[in-house]
Amino acid sequence: MAQPGTAEPLRQTDVLPEKIQITLTVNGTRTGLAVAPWTTLLDALRDRLDLTGTKKGCDHGQCGACTVLVDGRRINSCLTLAVMKDGAEVTTVEGLASNGTLHPLQQAFIDHDAFQCGYCTSGQICSAAGLIAEGKARTADEIRELMSGNICRCGAYPNIVAAIQQAMERS
Amino acid sequence: MASYIGTATSRVDGRAKVTGEAKYAGEFNLPGLVYGQVVGSTIAKGRISLVDTSEAMRVRGVIDILTHQHRPEMADSDDAYKDDTAPEKGSPYRPLYDDRILFCGQPVAVVLAEDWETARFAASLVRVEYQREAHVTDLHAQRGEAFAVEKPEKPRGNAEKAFAAADVRHEAEYFIPTEHHNPMELFGSTAMWEDDKLTVYDKTQGVQNVQRYLCGVFDLKPDAVRVLSPYMGGGFGAALRPQYQVVLAVLAARAVQRPVRVVLTREQMYALGYRPATIERLALGARSGGTLDAIMHEAIAVTSQFEEFSRNDTGWADLLYTSPNTKFVHKLARLDVPTSSDMRAPGAATGVYALECAMDELAIALKIDPVQLRLQCYSDRDQNTGLPYSSKQLRECYGQGSAAFGWEKRNPEPRSMRDDHELVGWGMATGVWEALQMPAAVRIVLTANGHAEVATAASDIGTGTYTIMAQVAADMLGLPIDNISVKLGDSSLPQSPLEGGSWIAASVCNAIATTAHAVRKELLRLAKRMKDSPLAGAAADDVTLADGKIVSTKDPGQAASIASVMQHGKVERIEREESNTFTEDKLHARNAHSAVFAEVKVDEELGVIRVTRVVNAVAAGRILNLKTARSQIMGSVVWGIGMALHEETLYDHHFGRVMNANIAEYHVPVNADVHDIEVIFVDEPDETINPLGIKGLGEIGIVGVAAAIANAVYHATGKRVRDLPITLDKVIQFE
Repeated sequence: MAQPGTAEPLRQTDVLPEKIQITLTVNGTRTGLAVAPWTTLLDALRDRLDLTGTKKGCDHGQCGACTVLVDGRRINSCLTLAVMKDGAEVTTVEGLASNGTLHPLQQAFIDHDAFQCGYCTSGQICSAAGLIAEGKARTADEIRELMSGNICRCGAYPNIVAAIQQAMERS
Repeated sequence: MASYIGTATSRVDGRAKVTGEAKYAGEFNLPGLVYGQVVGSTIAKGRISLVDTSEAMRVRGVIDILTHQHRPEMADSDDAYKDDTAPEKGSPYRPLYDDRILFCGQPVAVVLAEDWETARFAASLVRVEYQREAHVTDLHAQRGEAFAVEKPEKPRGNAEKAFAAADVRHEAEYFIPTEHHNPMELFGSTAMWEDDKLTVYDKTQGVQNVQRYLCGVFDLKPDAVRVLSPYMGGGFGAALRPQYQVVLAVLAARAVQRPVRVVLTREQMYALGYRPATIERLALGARSGGTLDAIMHEAIAVTSQFEEFSRNDTGWADLLYTSPNTKFVHKLARLDVPTSSDMRAPGAATGVYALECAMDELAIALKIDPVQLRLQCYSDRDQNTGLPYSSKQLRECYGQGSAAFGWEKRNPEPRSMRDDHELVGWGMATGVWEALQMPAAVRIVLTANGHAEVATAASDIGTGTYTIMAQVAADMLGLPIDNISVKLGDSSLPQSPLEGGSWIAASVCNAIATTAHAVRKELLRLAKRMKDSPLAGAAADDVTLADGKIVSTKDPGQAASIASVMQHGKVERIEREESNTFTEDKLHARNAHSAVFAEVKVDEELGVIRVTRVVNAVAAGRILNLKTARSQIMGSVVWGIGMALHEETLYDHHFGRVMNANIAEYHVPVNADVHDIEVIFVDEPDETINPLGIKGLGEIGIVGVAAAIANAVYHATGKRVRDLPITLDKVIQFE
């Protein structure tokens, strides 16, 4: 069996796209970084900026775990290339609490036990913040419908709805 | 001092999870990290004839590409690959071992690169050629080849004869398709070698199981391997067995001498374990008054060509219903797929689905209310062993559940209830699961400042283990819960079983009790040495810890603060490690039970089914935390909704490949699918099962839910759909 590292080095061709310099304001901090055009906002946050609070659950825009707020709107960061958001303001779950005080949604999620494993939670909370800002949801049924892009496999949905209602009442 | 056990305490790890601080296996961005991308096979059976990595290796940033022909050494015996939950019979799959292809999606190469995007791109350039062999992935095509496995339940009486002679008979076949767990977190591992020591962050329900497995596969000593899983993004059984990415990450880290992370894609997770597709055949024979004379239950489930995975689908009837004649048969059919695996309430979710639908059909044939039939057949003993239950408040579950649901208002006639354009159906079913305990050890370190660290190797997979352990420790040590820190998910911590089977709560909490007792004894020993000790004459069982003090139970006025006792004794810390004490109780059957009531509304024209209400009344011993316990049952009900209406892994049998290997086309319930869920915990003191009377909650909540929904769909529409999921095309043509 061949030993690793003993393979003859091959000439490596330059097929990769060049990196592009962009600026993002993430959680209030202006950050410059060079990213390849194929790098998603999600991977830039997780792998480049070490903001792993934003989760990867499918990489196909199907689960919502990667939801962040860009210029105040909720988006799936896995379906967004980082270079498309040059100059944008990005808020991730790490940027919601201020001076150690939890965001009302974060507190409501704890109060109502709106998560179990916690892996969809960042996306749920960012999505809920976007939902409240949109001002469309008034009833529990509307919250359910407009939160259905965020899958919770642990099945905390009724608690998620209750948590969002609590935060809406207090905001 | 508040007592924490039994209260609705918020999760102690809640803050870490809502702020994004909780780190999962694929989130440790170690210096010099290398990213691995798996290339999966595109055929289901055959041999690899060529792996051409030359083009991929030319990509700038690619470091190495491992294949079965180019990788570090790994073990070559089946024993080395057998983890704690590997089936007894068979040869476990060995990742990247040789040229044989056993299932579609099996890893054939791992591309290692400086960043993930490069690895992913280069993976698309790896060219693999195969020698195909004929495969089979359709259970229905293979059912004739199925073979019976040994079962603990022996036949009683003569079920065939009794069935033939019965006044009323019901016989039918039910089907549950293959389902995939789909935890939200992708399977991932980060491996790092330092000198000859290996550290692995892994998505697992058992760090010590993975540690032992890696020791076998890589011929390492236990103290050379440390596996960590402080947080886990959902398991549901998928992460009981070590998955192949952990082997690939360790192999790769050894090959490139750098830390390596391998995270699977969602699509690749459909080449891991799954709930096996199962054909369930039920035959019930009854007397016209509504008692059972015969129960026959046969199951045919999927396993792989290389291992025999089986769980108890049949036999649950013996725990619920009296019948003088029973026969249970479990068969396996081999397909060219990965080995099936445990998935929430394995065996029971499927077997009890079929049993409880059959009981509903029998009740209709007998013209008896379904709850009434179950009460008439109710068993106070495990019929097979003849043992009485340590506790069984199932009658109360039926009573409290039906009252909360309003069952008495049900018109038994199908299609008789309606709400505007929707037909309304009410159905019910019973649930049952085992109440087990496994050996577990807990270490407590009490420090003089009144804080305690409680540690065991168990994982909290979202079930609330951190929280219930903090509650129990706080009560046992007489400290505020904020003074307790819980350490989990580290193989170097005291021995703990896999987080599965609903046994963690009973196992680790009873271990906290024994360890806290040892701490208390030491405190008493120190207290007695104090001058004019108020506890001078106290025996070990005559003191308790409360409000930061050691207190005489005979005379609560006689007490000393823990701080002063430790100060006088000149000790900074008291450290104890003990195991749970339990003896095999051969005198009782031990089970958790439930009664599930469901309301569905079915659009008469479109066939759209909504589950508008579920009441799940659960009797599962002592409930440690009303908040997390309710969440666990609620989540299980959501799983039951998915099982009943949504979930199905679809195979293209021509290619032997999963067609809907993503979380949009494999349907799971979303927020809009879930409405009112009421959870009732029926009081069930149990003094014999274990010292704290805990039964566990991980599985019981799903059992019976799919049957209750299926029975409700029948009641709404008059159409009996026996093959899951009940999609609208199956109900649209109302009879």
